[in-house]
Amino acid sequence: EKLAAKKKRRKEREALGDRAPPKAIPKTIENQRVYDETTVDPNDEEVAFDEATDEFAPYFNRQTVPKILITTSDRPRGRTVRFCEQLSTVIPNSHVYYRRGLALKRIIPQCIARDFTDLIVINEDRKIPNGLVLSHLPDGPTAHFRMSSVRLRKEIKRKGKEPTEHVPEVILNNFTTRLGHSIGRMFASLFPHDPQFIGRQVATFHNQRDYIFFRFHRYIFKSEKKVGIQELGPRFTLKLRSLQKGTFDSKFGEYEWIHKRREMDTSRRKFHL
Amino acid sequence: SWQVVWDTLGNKQFCSYKITTKTQNFCRNEYNLTGLCNRSSCPLANSQYATVREEKGRCYLYMKTIERAAFPRRLWERVLLSKNYEKALEEIDENLIYWPRFIRHKCKQRFTKITQYLIRIRKLTLKRQRKLVPLRRKIERREKRREEKALIAAQLDNAIEKELLERLKQDTYGDIYNFPIHAFDKALQQQDAESESESDAEKEDDDDEDVDKREFVEADDSDLSDFEDMDKLETSSEEEPEEEEEVEKKASHSKSKGKTPLKGPARRKRPYIEIEYEKETEPTTKTKAA
Repeated sequence: EKLAAKKKRRKEREALGDRAPPKAIPKTIENQRVYDETTVDPNDEEVAFDEATDEFAPYFNRQTVPKILITTSDRPRGRTVRFCEQLSTVIPNSHVYYRRGLALKRIIPQCIARDFTDLIVINEDRKIPNGLVLSHLPDGPTAHFRMSSVRLRKEIKRKGKEPTEHVPEVILNNFTTRLGHSIGRMFASLFPHDPQFIGRQVATFHNQRDYIFFRFHRYIFKSEKKVGIQELGPRFTLKLRSLQKGTFDSKFGEYEWIHKRREMDTSRRKFHL
Repeated sequence: SWQVVWDTLGNKQFCSYKITTKTQNFCRNEYNLTGLCNRSSCPLANSQYATVREEKGRCYLYMKTIERAAFPRRLWERVLLSKNYEKALEEIDENLIYWPRFIRHKCKQRFTKITQYLIRIRKLTLKRQRKLVPLRRKIERREKRREEKALIAAQLDNAIEKELLERLKQDTYGDIYNFPIHAFDKALQQQDAESESESDAEKEDDDDEDVDKREFVEADDSDLSDFEDMDKLETSSEEEPEEEEEVEKKASHSKSKGKTPLKGPARRKRPYIEIEYEKETEPTTKTKAA
């Protein structure tokens, strides 16, 4: 009967011709999203001031070059290891080190001593990577994500080659609230600030309904209005679990944001990023 | 009487502490010395018995003697053993002097094993402990479903393409890509207005951006419609006598939107175009851009 109603409506519209009322906009979750008071306004001064003075300011002022350490939890299995390697090819200036039982609290001072700017820990469970801890090193915020649907490079349907050594561009989509903004800046600070356009590679962090999708593409401008993209590089989705103010510390850390299931998952149209 | 106890409980009838498996019988009694169900290790069937048990990290020696058999409350006598391993062994010997060899020996063995596992516990608690967080099935399923829906709603490819085109428009790429927009837009309009005319257009081959251009040459070869675009290119270039770079092909793609109204006349022109096209492409070699 829905079909019948639809057909009738379409006939009416055609019958009316030009005088038909404009088409009704379908309701999507994005349309109905509960208004979040921390949404960032592009002209907000307070936000701009905050961003100028927070921990990423030196990066955005081009004073520091990002240097990233990628590691895993104990005893990584093959899939995680390969994922780490691919991730290190995607992110320029990154190194993978294995962790043989070293405590995070102890390797953080070592990293700072060796001038690393960011630390990525990929947590593994049952032979697949399922968590990501990203911490900005000189006493920067630490974000803990749950990682899902990880696809390695060979599982992606494409015919391209591996990413080259060029610095990719970064696209951050849809990070609207304050929290989303800070997470977006965290991601941006992983990549060197000057992308090499010759490489024509782009890394995308797209936020949709609190899920952050990461993709890595190579693009070609076929013409002025058409661009072709070819996916290379791994892909994964992240969901933010918690954001800590200082570096990684589970006991004494000051949590800026934790995902509290009971409070935050009540409405289907309320998102935090 | 102890023999009677053993005959009934141990062998013939039911003992609630006894667990039988295929190869062995175990005794679940907490005062049992070895853990097996034997005539010599049953605390119920022996008048004189001793065990070593630990509580909260401290080891105690428990002893049972015949004199106290009538007082169940006072049956088991408890002696705290010293933390020092050797001293504790001496204490066991002191307390169990004149006791059967079997019990003494087994007590010491049990004490050794207990101290070893206590050491291990202490070492492990110093290292990082893995905290197991249980998954909640309903929540997992919900998250997965939401992720899928979010993925569909995201339309990543479109979003990325849009963003890239935006950046192109805002000139973040600088001068790498040359799309002479305005020229060709004007040309399009003029073409729509006028009737077509034949032309000998002069084009320049700019080999500046070889990489991109070479790619485009290839693409053009494969696509028939491009010939029509090439045609428009010809006509437009004659109207706009400015020198264009090699990027007409790119421009031709951009005019694909306005292609349809011109299909008729364009087709007539195709044979001419082909000739010109061949001339141009002969010298250029086709290579794949990395």
